[in-house]
Amino acid sequence: MSAKVLDALQAAHGSAIESLESQHGDAIAWIKRDHLLAVATWLKDAPAMAFDAPVFATCIDRLDWRPQGVPPGPQVYPATAGWTDDGARPRFEVVYQLRSSTHRHRLRLKCAVPEHDPRVPSLALLWPAFNWQERETYDMYGIQFTDHPDLRRIYLYEEFVGYPLRKDYPKEKRQPLVRRDDLPMNPIKTEAGGHR
Amino acid sequence: MAATSTTNPPPPAGDASGRSLRQLVLGRKDVQDLSDNEQELPPDLMTVNMGPSHPAMHGTVRIVLTVDGERIVAGDVQPGYLHRCFEKESEYATYTQVFPYTDRLNYVSPMINNCGWAMVVEKLMGLTGHIPKRAEYVRVIVSEMSRMTDHLTCIGASAMELGAFTPFLYFLKAREWLYELLEKVSGARLTHSYVRIGGVVKDLPPDFDAELALCLDQIVKIMVEVEGMLNNNKIFRDRMAGIGAMTKADAIATGCVGPIARAAGVDYDVRKDYPYSVYPELEFDVPVGTTGDCYDRYLVRIEELKQCIRILRQCLKQIPEGPMMVDDPRVALPAKPATYNTIESMIRHFKHIMDGIKVPAGEAYAFVEGGNGELGFYVVADGTGRPYKAYVRSPSFVHLSTAAQLIHGHLIADVVPIFGMINMIGGECDK
Repeated sequence: MSAKVLDALQAAHGSAIESLESQHGDAIAWIKRDHLLAVATWLKDAPAMAFDAPVFATCIDRLDWRPQGVPPGPQVYPATAGWTDDGARPRFEVVYQLRSSTHRHRLRLKCAVPEHDPRVPSLALLWPAFNWQERETYDMYGIQFTDHPDLRRIYLYEEFVGYPLRKDYPKEKRQPLVRRDDLPMNPIKTEAGGHR
Repeated sequence: MAATSTTNPPPPAGDASGRSLRQLVLGRKDVQDLSDNEQELPPDLMTVNMGPSHPAMHGTVRIVLTVDGERIVAGDVQPGYLHRCFEKESEYATYTQVFPYTDRLNYVSPMINNCGWAMVVEKLMGLTGHIPKRAEYVRVIVSEMSRMTDHLTCIGASAMELGAFTPFLYFLKAREWLYELLEKVSGARLTHSYVRIGGVVKDLPPDFDAELALCLDQIVKIMVEVEGMLNNNKIFRDRMAGIGAMTKADAIATGCVGPIARAAGVDYDVRKDYPYSVYPELEFDVPVGTTGDCYDRYLVRIEELKQCIRILRQCLKQIPEGPMMVDDPRVALPAKPATYNTIESMIRHFKHIMDGIKVPAGEAYAFVEGGNGELGFYVVADGTGRPYKAYVRSPSFVHLSTAAQLIHGHLIADVVPIFGMINMIGGECDK
């Protein structure tokens, strides 16, 4: 079932795809960042795909990724997708999991994001559920979702410094809450998108 | 009784400046004494904080309401007051040590979280489908009991918030019977940590079958009484029907699952659509609503309780004898006599506990039907004994994101039933 989706994706958007893989029966498609929005729109609207139900969005920080017990070679995970020309692997992977309520198939979209430019086009306007999921990803990993309607922290408070789920944020780190009056208290009253 | 006078009452006595007696006594004007302009309420919108410490906010969520009089114009829902860093802590714990953390995600149905976590690790290790039959049945039994405690709590608490205290007491009594049984099974009343990767930690207690059967019979009786009190109760229906309605398309696009989506007409249940464990061998129905309002969510949950009872009765009949743990040295601890008497088993036991189960590098997403819908775990493994990344797809978080839309245009009092039927569990939502 997953192979069918990947084949259709390859046929329709071959140039936008970095690589396709399947792990434990889960279909995974690596999409170039500039094409993510176009591919996502197609996945939602094409009748044969009909990915109408969003499942989750998150991010993986590959800062200290040293897999053990894997023989070196082309099968080393993650696949060569997302590698930049200078050979340095982008640090972040933004992950979107989609489901089709009519065809029952599932697909995981991945997008490699370099550390110096952590921007990804937001999919919140296509699937409203990603509004909060992307806010959570921004809150925890500092990924900037461009054109997100309301990108601000969700679990943590506005004064929090840093992104706690990044691998370079120490688990034991504590920080005092210093109240700042320049941050919006009630976002409804500020103009849309006027903060952060 | 004072006779009513047909003539107008004499004008109230006042002083020379024209102030009425009421003004003199109370020191202020009465509403009818005001001019038309003065009687109009100020047209400004008002901001009201609801929560985080509010009896109807289930602990810890804050809603910044912008209200026009009593009507909600906008609501900014702010979770996070119960954030305990589940994902960060999991990256530093062995795969087995994560089980106690999952107990504390949805603390009304911890067994389902346990099963979900075990299933994703088993998927990564290629053990899916190799778990002994009896262990699978035990997992289903404890999961369905947990689903019942979840729904009993949700319905009971929501009814109490609307003023019906008796159903709350009845349902919590029923929930307590289930908790007592789960305590006999696992040793802990609330945070069970009963499931293990590859099976469950121990067999059911010897007299479990009879006790569960008796418990279910009693719960059936209680449900008849509670349904009699609530289903056609005018106050309950007035507060629930037509409140917080959601269309089928909205429910799908906003990622809603479980009873909320099913109340809106989405026929989606992980147990039927992506069958796992021994659910294909069990016969049950998936209730689907039509209107998507709070009353349908209540009815769907009531019906699911009945289906849970049906599943549990089938399980008691069908459960086979057999081992409780898969016979795979990668995940199963060596037998206790071998641990104490042979050096190899001793070392294996030590490595198992200290280094954790070695999960091959890769990633997987596994999901179960939790009390609130699709509860999933997404794990990236790097070949060590600890997950490189652990992510929980918590249905409460997704459902809460629709709350701002659901309460829009309703009265402040309607936040209570809407919020109660969303059944946000703080631990699961805030991770």
